[in-house]
Amino acid sequence: MSNLLEVRDLKQYFPIKTGWFGKTPLKAVDGVSFEIAEGETLGLVGESGCGKTTVGRSILHLYTPTAGEVRFQGKLVNKNTVAGFRKDMQMVFQDPYSSLNPRMTVSDIIGEALDIHHLCTGKGERRDRVEELMSLVGLNREHARRYAHEFSGGQRQRIGIARALAVNPKFIVCDEPVSALDVSIQAQIINTFEELQEKLGIAYLFIAHDLLVVHHMSRRIAVMYLGKIVEMAEANELNERPLHPYTQSLLSAIPIPDPETARTRHRIALEGDVPSPMHMPSGCSFRTRCRYATEQCAQECPTLREMSSGHFAACWNIPG
Amino acid sequence: MHNADKLPKKQILSLQLDLQKFEPASAEEKQQQERMRESTTFFRDGMRKLFRNPLSVFSLVVLGLILIVIVFAPMIVPYGYSEIITVNGRRDKTAKNLRPFEYSPVEQAAIDEGQQLFPHIFGTDELCRDYFIRVVYGARVSLGVGLFASLIVLVIGLTVGSISGYLGGKVDMVIMRIVDIIYSLPDTLMVILLSVVLDQVIGSKLAGTVFAKLGNNMISLFIVFGLLYWVGMARLVRGQILSLKQNEYVLAARTLGAKSRRIIKKHILPNCMSVIFISTALQIPSAIFTESFLSFIGLGVAAPMPSLGSLANSARGSMQSFPYKLVFPALGICLIVLSFNLLGDGLRDAFDPKLRR
Repeated sequence: MSNLLEVRDLKQYFPIKTGWFGKTPLKAVDGVSFEIAEGETLGLVGESGCGKTTVGRSILHLYTPTAGEVRFQGKLVNKNTVAGFRKDMQMVFQDPYSSLNPRMTVSDIIGEALDIHHLCTGKGERRDRVEELMSLVGLNREHARRYAHEFSGGQRQRIGIARALAVNPKFIVCDEPVSALDVSIQAQIINTFEELQEKLGIAYLFIAHDLLVVHHMSRRIAVMYLGKIVEMAEANELNERPLHPYTQSLLSAIPIPDPETARTRHRIALEGDVPSPMHMPSGCSFRTRCRYATEQCAQECPTLREMSSGHFAACWNIPG
Repeated sequence: MHNADKLPKKQILSLQLDLQKFEPASAEEKQQQERMRESTTFFRDGMRKLFRNPLSVFSLVVLGLILIVIVFAPMIVPYGYSEIITVNGRRDKTAKNLRPFEYSPVEQAAIDEGQQLFPHIFGTDELCRDYFIRVVYGARVSLGVGLFASLIVLVIGLTVGSISGYLGGKVDMVIMRIVDIIYSLPDTLMVILLSVVLDQVIGSKLAGTVFAKLGNNMISLFIVFGLLYWVGMARLVRGQILSLKQNEYVLAARTLGAKSRRIIKKHILPNCMSVIFISTALQIPSAIFTESFLSFIGLGVAAPMPSLGSLANSARGSMQSFPYKLVFPALGICLIVLSFNLLGDGLRDAFDPKLRR
């Protein structure tokens, strides 16, 4: 399988004013690398504020990355060339309430991309295309003339998906597309994503903080902590043999819908809070909360190493 | 993993639902879920709410009546605002300070001879002019100034505010400091000083142009409004744009490849329009009030042309003998300002997106 998207050592720092004149870089994303094959789904998990969303937005150059490179189908994506990739890479947003313009009808929201890229000639063709997209994501095509506030959260998210699909993208960044929805709707939206992938062969970068959702969706999963990827593996492999202590504690925190098992299992509770990304601990950024932390962890920052085939982890204390 | 139809056995006293008691929804009931409330546009929805508010309907009716009076009264009433009353081609010097609906002795004589004379609805002033038509023209001037001044404020404030808000950074910093400086000036003092100075400067240059008819004071009034009162609007627009810029639909539009122009035109401006219109509606009474105040202290419109403020000022001298002369223009100012304020409040309630269900 050829790589559709390659991200190499992506860094995104935001200058934050400290004091009168000083500026400290906030390292939202600090050296992230991964690749996504055609039609594949890479899951990206991590707690709030670890830089998941920033990764997604930097790939699409909604923020200009501080360093690193993004290649799409082998071609470099940067500030000047990104306009040419807008038709290939799209995004589905987290909040279905703020991601749709309240003053536009559904057909205008979905049709906006068609207008921008002049994909349709004439009103009839535009209407047909919008209706086709609506039924593709499971919306009633008669609702094209309605406004966004007339829809429920799940329906709004479907509108957001249809908008992203309008340009026939090969790759979609799904930025926590289900975390604002309730559980039964989450399942519907996830099924929609999977059906679309089967039909259209779209690759996803699926960002979420819910490991169960990501495990269901993805072939491979990357776990992020404080702007770095700490572990990356095939979904089942990660689930069964988590190597990094952070991943282990994440997995142990998944609620199990069975009180018997839940009572007996061992839960690894993390102590302390996430350090501020402006004052990162020396060495491994996880060491302040890690049970296995040693001297080495405080001095050197571990890099991603391949522990077994296709299973990468960044930790000094994994017997390798 | 879990089969919804095969729940564990219900235990006594358990609150677990019994699936046997449920029945599947019929096709018709499922249809019910699909149906949504009737589609309305943002504007139509707002108007509906506006007309449900008794206070704003009242103010609309009052404003409508005032508008009808000031448009049609000069066509019906046969007197001019600067015209001394004449009977049979001769100036009627007895028609001084008449009470409402009173006729002067000369007029009474003419009526007795069989002539038809239009009554002086509000009486006459000390220069034998019909007071009703003067109040009507005064209201015309006040409303005109209010609307036009608010328009100037809207245009300047919208332009500066959107530039400041959208570009951000250093441009925003500089513009906002200028706004702060203007904001910190005592505006009444500035208005008085500027009206005096501009009166001198503009006076000579206007002679012979269309503006001469309006009067120097009117023009300087507009300039004063343009210079001083745009800051509030600029701040408001900037704040709106700053917060709208953060919305995910703007990011989505950028992801789709939309240019800045399109984003401003399609996404940002339509969403702050209602706030801007409401604030303009609230700006009108404040402009009318300032104009009346300036006319009251003698810096407003030029002499024969009346304004509600200058009418109130000239009535002040004879307040003891003819109190109704003060009441009519004062009532006019009150009604206009109150109606615009109530209408502005009603508009805000009707169009505020945060109050939408």
